[in-house]
Amino acid sequence: MGDFRILEVKQSVFADNDRRANELRQRLREKKLFLLNLMSSPGAGKTTLLTRTIELLGGELKIGVMEADIDSDVDAERISKTGARAIQLHTGGMCHLDADMTAQGLEGLETGDLNLAILENVGNLVCPAEFDTGASKNAMILSVPEGDDKPLKYPLMFSICDVVVINKVDVLPYFDFDLEKCRKNILARNPNARIIPVCAKTGEGVEEWAGWLREQVKIWRS
Amino acid sequence: MHELGVVFYVIRDVKKVAEENRAEHVESVTLEIGEVTGVVHDLLRDCWKWAAKKEPLLDGAELIIEEIPAVTHCESCGEDYETVKYAKICPHCGSDSTYLIQGREFNIKEIGVT
Repeated sequence: MGDFRILEVKQSVFADNDRRANELRQRLREKKLFLLNLMSSPGAGKTTLLTRTIELLGGELKIGVMEADIDSDVDAERISKTGARAIQLHTGGMCHLDADMTAQGLEGLETGDLNLAILENVGNLVCPAEFDTGASKNAMILSVPEGDDKPLKYPLMFSICDVVVINKVDVLPYFDFDLEKCRKNILARNPNARIIPVCAKTGEGVEEWAGWLREQVKIWRS
Repeated sequence: MHELGVVFYVIRDVKKVAEENRAEHVESVTLEIGEVTGVVHDLLRDCWKWAAKKEPLLDGAELIIEEIPAVTHCESCGEDYETVKYAKICPHCGSDSTYLIQGREFNIKEIGVT
């Protein structure tokens, strides 16, 4: 046995992931591939919004989707039906995706001819916010039944998102959800957030969301 | 939270440092964890015990956790205050133009090796 000694490390555990995420973002920029990281609670409507989005943008953009879940492939199956390329990523129990897993997923998706790749992150408002995936932009969906106080409870998630989609606005009359209060709560955490109320099921407001995404892809690729 | 996932990152980084320094065995790992990272210390320790056992270099290594208190700074009056006690609104002037200056750290401070 050697002598006991202390080695100073002084290193952030997240620093390594941040570095890998920045490298991935750089590679995506060179390849002119826009990567959207879509986050939300389970059941907020990520897959439904994505099918609508593909219907609206599929004609002008070549879209691929990575569905991250702890298990099953029901989401990838739903997306495949739209004609977009879809793969399922199993996180093996992990509650989020990091930059390495995202890079591996992109390889599996064979992005050569794609302009827009969408990562549907694990349904969770805590962990995915901590790990930069290397995406071009972060988006999240908050659905009306979850309540207008979610930005107060999960401040980090709301502070890292470029856009917050408020989904299921068709049920607003049945819930104590104050859209203006919610807007204020979001902007207090993130003054730059774009807020788009939609109903993915009926299609209401989805044009505005698709317009935002179209514009971001254009800027990224120019 | 993602205690187990974080433990895997810590193990990867600690192994790298230990190998670079030609250590025979890691005896202890000291982490600095911010008060508002959301990490549950007991759960982190349980995950650590389970995962470190699988690595001969780390088997039995003690996990030491040092907590860094969360502090928020107020842009309006310039004062700092305890985040957990007062949250987003400054207790000195009532402003909500405040931001966290420490408390989200998750650092490997040092490791004890033989």
